[in-house]
Amino acid sequence: MSTAPQWKNPVVRWVDERLPIFTYMDHEYNQFPMPRNLNYFWNFGALASIVLVVMIVTGIMLAMQYTPHVDHAFNSVERIMRDVNYGWLIRYIHMNGASMFFIVVFIHMFRGLYYGSYKAPRELLWMLGVVILLLMMATAFMGYVLPWGQMSYWGATVITNLFSAIPLVGEWIVTLLWGGFAVDNATLNRFFALHYLLPFVLVGVVGAHVVSLHITKSNNPDGIEMKGPQDSVPFHPYFTAKDSVGMGFFLIFFAFFVFFAPNYLGHPDNYIEANALVTPAHIVPEWYFLPFYAILRSITFDVLFIPAKLMGVILMFGSILILFILPWLDTARVRSAKYRPIYKYVFWVFLIDCIVLGWVGAQPAEGTALIIGQIGTFYYFIHFLVVMPVLGKIETPLPLPASIAEPVTGGGGGASAGAAAAKMEKS
Amino acid sequence: MADTATSPETGDEDAGRRDFLALAAGGMGVVGAASFAWPLIDSMNPSAEVLALSTVEVNLDPIAEGQSITIVWQGKPVFIRRRTADEVAAAKKGDGEDLRDPQKDGDRVQNDTWLVMIGLCTHLGCIPLGQKGTDPKGEFGGWFCPCHGSHYDTSGRIRKGPAPTNLPVPPYKFVDDKTILIG
Amino acid sequence: MRKAMMSAAAAVLMALSGSALAAGGVEVPEREWSFEGVFGTYDRASMQRGLQIYKESCSGCHSLNLIYFRNLTDLGYTEAQAKAFAAEYEVQDGPNDEGEMYTRAAIPSDRFVKPFPNDNAARAGNNGALPPDLSLMVEARPGGANYLYALLTGYADAPAGTDMMEGMNYNNYFPGHQIAMAPPLSEDGIEYEDGTKATVAQQAEDIVTFLAWASEPNMEARKKMGIKVMIFLIVLTGILIAVKKRVWADVH
Repeated sequence: MSTAPQWKNPVVRWVDERLPIFTYMDHEYNQFPMPRNLNYFWNFGALASIVLVVMIVTGIMLAMQYTPHVDHAFNSVERIMRDVNYGWLIRYIHMNGASMFFIVVFIHMFRGLYYGSYKAPRELLWMLGVVILLLMMATAFMGYVLPWGQMSYWGATVITNLFSAIPLVGEWIVTLLWGGFAVDNATLNRFFALHYLLPFVLVGVVGAHVVSLHITKSNNPDGIEMKGPQDSVPFHPYFTAKDSVGMGFFLIFFAFFVFFAPNYLGHPDNYIEANALVTPAHIVPEWYFLPFYAILRSITFDVLFIPAKLMGVILMFGSILILFILPWLDTARVRSAKYRPIYKYVFWVFLIDCIVLGWVGAQPAEGTALIIGQIGTFYYFIHFLVVMPVLGKIETPLPLPASIAEPVTGGGGGASAGAAAAKMEKS
Repeated sequence: MADTATSPETGDEDAGRRDFLALAAGGMGVVGAASFAWPLIDSMNPSAEVLALSTVEVNLDPIAEGQSITIVWQGKPVFIRRRTADEVAAAKKGDGEDLRDPQKDGDRVQNDTWLVMIGLCTHLGCIPLGQKGTDPKGEFGGWFCPCHGSHYDTSGRIRKGPAPTNLPVPPYKFVDDKTILIG
Repeated sequence: MRKAMMSAAAAVLMALSGSALAAGGVEVPEREWSFEGVFGTYDRASMQRGLQIYKESCSGCHSLNLIYFRNLTDLGYTEAQAKAFAAEYEVQDGPNDEGEMYTRAAIPSDRFVKPFPNDNAARAGNNGALPPDLSLMVEARPGGANYLYALLTGYADAPAGTDMMEGMNYNNYFPGHQIAMAPPLSEDGIEYEDGTKATVAQQAEDIVTFLAWASEPNMEARKKMGIKVMIFLIVLTGILIAVKKRVWADVH
């Protein structure tokens, strides 16, 4: 389908004969066939990689000026904000970039949930994505500790203390993480080293994610595979152009926060230097951790032989780990929610559940908020463990179109064509 | 601008318009990327609190005749000496002698009494002796570098030894009779 | 439709997390500030009066550690004026050649001088309470400038039946309503150099404007750059949309 290009430029040809980087780029980002019916939700993967590059570049510039020692960290950040040329800009980009990264990735993931992008043959692609999410969360957690504000210190204390819930080795693990008897200089220094390291591990996993994507090629809103050239358009110029539009809007959104609301998504307590002897009134993580924080705090009762604290930890990590097995939990034989009349609503209920859990995470863990959080946590796991397996069996999907290129009016063949298409999908 | 006409020129027109738009977009993209890159690079330039220390004011009042002090300016030692009449005379006499780095004493000082120069030997960067009264001053009564034996005269000029040039004079000015601003 | 709902969901989540932060204390009345909004700037005259208040009413207990004397040129002072302001203060320097520490007049490259050498001395001088450093106070409290203004003007007599702890003062807006700091501003408590009438409200507005600057001296540069960047991005996105439509014209 794609012919090896004959490079006119002799230098390009010389390099390409020895390391086919130009042929590779031509194949993967120029000629590569993309479904012609993709909507703008397919833009978010590219946006995520742009944010990753921005975070690495701004992060390296910040690392040139930052001091990872408890006596100097807070002041070195303020020095960046006040005295370093454009330091305030680089810091605000990096700080808000973290939020942007999670906004983009969450939308990217929900796109996958809605359109069944996690289903065969893209299971490994999805699982690599979950690994990326875990790495992002670890990186963001450690990064937030570095300014050494009150939330940095106490957030680190709360989350590292969680590991003490692990039976037998819990306390030993926590001491190992801390490098001492509490979150202190040893902890800060190693968090800095790891925060610098993990983004490059992330780049590697993103590479694997993209390579895996290029094997199966992209899913699309109809959830049916491309069958021929009539269903596809080459990546360039169609998706270089379209992704650029998405990038333009995204940068406007990003720039609005950086320049006009740089502290909106943050917490005022982090502008107070860390004090081990003063606990803030309400310890809250950054917004992108709130749903998981709600799940953690929802278990206030022991479950059989498992203490409440440990159960909370298990469910918090479990809420992400369960994503790994989603391709096997979902029994539906149709990918896209476009053709799944019941799942469409189930998806929205799940999304609302996640948002509600996010709100709960910001409230003190008591009263009505706690009960709502418990219901939300319960439903979260019910969605994956009960609803997804059962729904696939009982739902009658709408008839699929014969192909992507065919106008989407259900297809002329009616039920039989739909059934034939569905059978073909079960590869 | 929805073109539905089927005349033969439309394709070229469209292509031309698309090329112009693509060129404009590409051009703006390059400008945008460069505008993003500049602050990142500029952040590596000296920051405000470093620049604030790029000048230093020195009070000359406490320095007695024949006494030297050493202050730090931009991380380097600066020798400030209140020369005696004999030292000034010796420095003027040196103007006529055979110098490796010819320079008149009058060109090295703004005021004969006060000698201001960077205290790093121009050979390999050691700090020459001669600031304290008990230090060896070398054969020319000025400064002597113990590392490889460079001798400087009472104007800070190299007279003997491996150093190639005179001790450099930093930019400075007299704020008033008793104060100089270096840098 | 779907896209709109997704973005609405994202907006709702963020708005909820924002409002939760303010939930800790009392509802604070909002004021208009010269530095608010896309075109906000710091009122130079107000900041200069605020500096005077800081010097006369606050600096006895509160440090302003992140501000250097050279930063005062932001307020509209010349370098010579900043130097003169600094020279009124003494800082410790050394050790000298004898190994002793000595005091000298402050210069522009020095930080503002702390009223107490360390936290313990600060507590000892204030009945055990620690007056916090004010360099970031506007960013370090939910409600920011509005909260600080409300706090400074919010001292009142305790309502009947309130159990006031010893040495505490009643304040309408401080979380818990009991604050160790006595009312720092009083009607005509200061004689402004520029002759403005020194009502409590005026003083509060001036000190908060000064503190807002101290928390973020680069705000004006940020907003100015932001306007240029937004216009650039909007134009660029417009062009990119046109390019995309051209490219996709034959597919749709």
